[in-house]
Amino acid sequence: MKYQSQSVAKLYFIAAIALFVAQILFGLIMGLQYVMGDFLFPEIPFNVARMVHTNTLIVWLLFGFMGSAYYLVPEESETELYSPKLAVILFWVFLGAAGATVAAYLLVNYSTLAAATGNELLPTMGREFLEQPTITKIGIVVVVLGFLFNIGMTMLKGRKTTINLVLMLGLVLLAVFFLFSFYNPENLVLDKFFWWWVVHLWVEGVWELILGALLAFVLIKVTGVDREVIEKWLYMIIAMAFITGILGTGHHFYFIGAPEYWQTIGSIFSAMEPIPFFMMTLFAFNMVNRRRRDHPNKAAVLWALGTGVMAFLGAGVWGFLHTLAPVNFYTHGTQITAAHGHMAFYGAYVMIVITMISYTMPLMRGRAACNSAASQVMEMWSFWLMTVSMVFITLFLTAAGIVQVWLQRYNDAPQAFMVVQEQLAIFYWMRELAGVIFLLGLVLYIASFFIKGEEATA
Amino acid sequence: MSSVFTKSTARNIFYGGSLFFFLVFLGLTMDTMGKLPERDHRENITPQVALGKKVWEDNNCIGCHTLLGEGAYFAPELGNVYKRFGESKEAITAFIKSRPAEGVPGRRSMPQFNLSDEELDAIAEFLKWSSEINTANWPPNIQG
Repeated sequence: MKYQSQSVAKLYFIAAIALFVAQILFGLIMGLQYVMGDFLFPEIPFNVARMVHTNTLIVWLLFGFMGSAYYLVPEESETELYSPKLAVILFWVFLGAAGATVAAYLLVNYSTLAAATGNELLPTMGREFLEQPTITKIGIVVVVLGFLFNIGMTMLKGRKTTINLVLMLGLVLLAVFFLFSFYNPENLVLDKFFWWWVVHLWVEGVWELILGALLAFVLIKVTGVDREVIEKWLYMIIAMAFITGILGTGHHFYFIGAPEYWQTIGSIFSAMEPIPFFMMTLFAFNMVNRRRRDHPNKAAVLWALGTGVMAFLGAGVWGFLHTLAPVNFYTHGTQITAAHGHMAFYGAYVMIVITMISYTMPLMRGRAACNSAASQVMEMWSFWLMTVSMVFITLFLTAAGIVQVWLQRYNDAPQAFMVVQEQLAIFYWMRELAGVIFLLGLVLYIASFFIKGEEATA
Repeated sequence: MSSVFTKSTARNIFYGGSLFFFLVFLGLTMDTMGKLPERDHRENITPQVALGKKVWEDNNCIGCHTLLGEGAYFAPELGNVYKRFGESKEAITAFIKSRPAEGVPGRRSMPQFNLSDEELDAIAEFLKWSSEINTANWPPNIQG
């Protein structure tokens, strides 16, 4: 760690990991509710558990992105952070807002919460992933603006690098597209159309810039490969991300009331969306193969390579699986979608945040380069447990999805939703078991932070 | 080859490509906005339908159900529930009203939301309106 102010990232990463734990616990509750329908009913109905599961995911990834930026931007700019104090204040504001929102989800009826927070004045609630009360959404905007100001000022006074520029562009666009969450017309079709401007243009658009920049940063650090080479890769990856991903939004417009031409446009461009992710895989492996040094933080290198592979599998391959309009006609809104969502979020965004944590945390905790060998071994065990169990979660949900499509959709005598669900129980049980293994991996991951010992050498 | 294809070439492809495709996206969005009125039948969005959407949102229905295939996958698709329930708004309101507060042992059950009659009628109207959106013939069959 070159600059003292970078260490503010530690707070953000600790909060991220804490919310990650909450996310997984609620995931397990939901998984159980799939097979034991009355589990925790009516105290924590499925829709509440799901809000907590998805909202904590989004918020902890935002914590992860912000923490990563607070670490990365000063180092790339070769200067101290503009205002570490502002970063700490915004941290507590964001954590307070996130904590209060989750507590409200669990303690208060959602309709009561909507009334209490004045949802009728500016209705934005009750839409998937955007369930937060309007006041929380405004809080998110304030925090993100303060954050952008802080890292923007840092960049202005220091060295300008491609990685910094791409990261900043990604974060600014993240804020810009979030503003569409405040647009909620009475017309459901318009609502859905522009809802995707937040959701798709985030995860299949501007977040890929953030992902690319963070991956490029860690690869420069752990491989010592020439910056020019890495930055050229970065530009090519994000170019392909936008060239395919912007019109790829069309794959969400097939069946929500938009004109049929989106089926052609969406199919063609979203079929190419795996390309930038495949380039990330090639990027990560190429750079590590051409490394000029053996970095002693083996765990961070493993997470970086893992991100390359799993992002391609989850976002790329599993996305392609159901993206063509004639296929999506049958798979739209089934467990196939859930399967893709799980591996894509884990492979792309969870893993890049953990990559950043893995690389930076030892440095922020006063080590020269990495944790002890014992700590790294445990962290690598957690990598394999979480990654392999996520592969199995995805496979079981995919199997459930295929059977669901067969019985409910692609059939001369289609069966009712709930009749089909009961026949999928075996897959849901296996998914839940894989989820327990995932939690075990997460526990090991956290435990690895507490293992002491001499710093490992390359 | 690598000397010809430099970082600035890559950068130019990124900025040029992104700008071009974003403008195409905006153009297509404009075109879609022009075509939507005849597909979403917005002339039928009465204050009651609008209230129905509000009730839908304020009770986080999307947290279990899908609507036009989007949402959670825990409970049935509702974009075509009006048709599945025999084009009966009464069947929809009766179902919502009848949910046991304590659930059904061992099974998934919709919570009892204690909606007023006005809210019940509104949600039924909203679901009726939703079922009339031109969704390119999705879902494939009545089961949703």
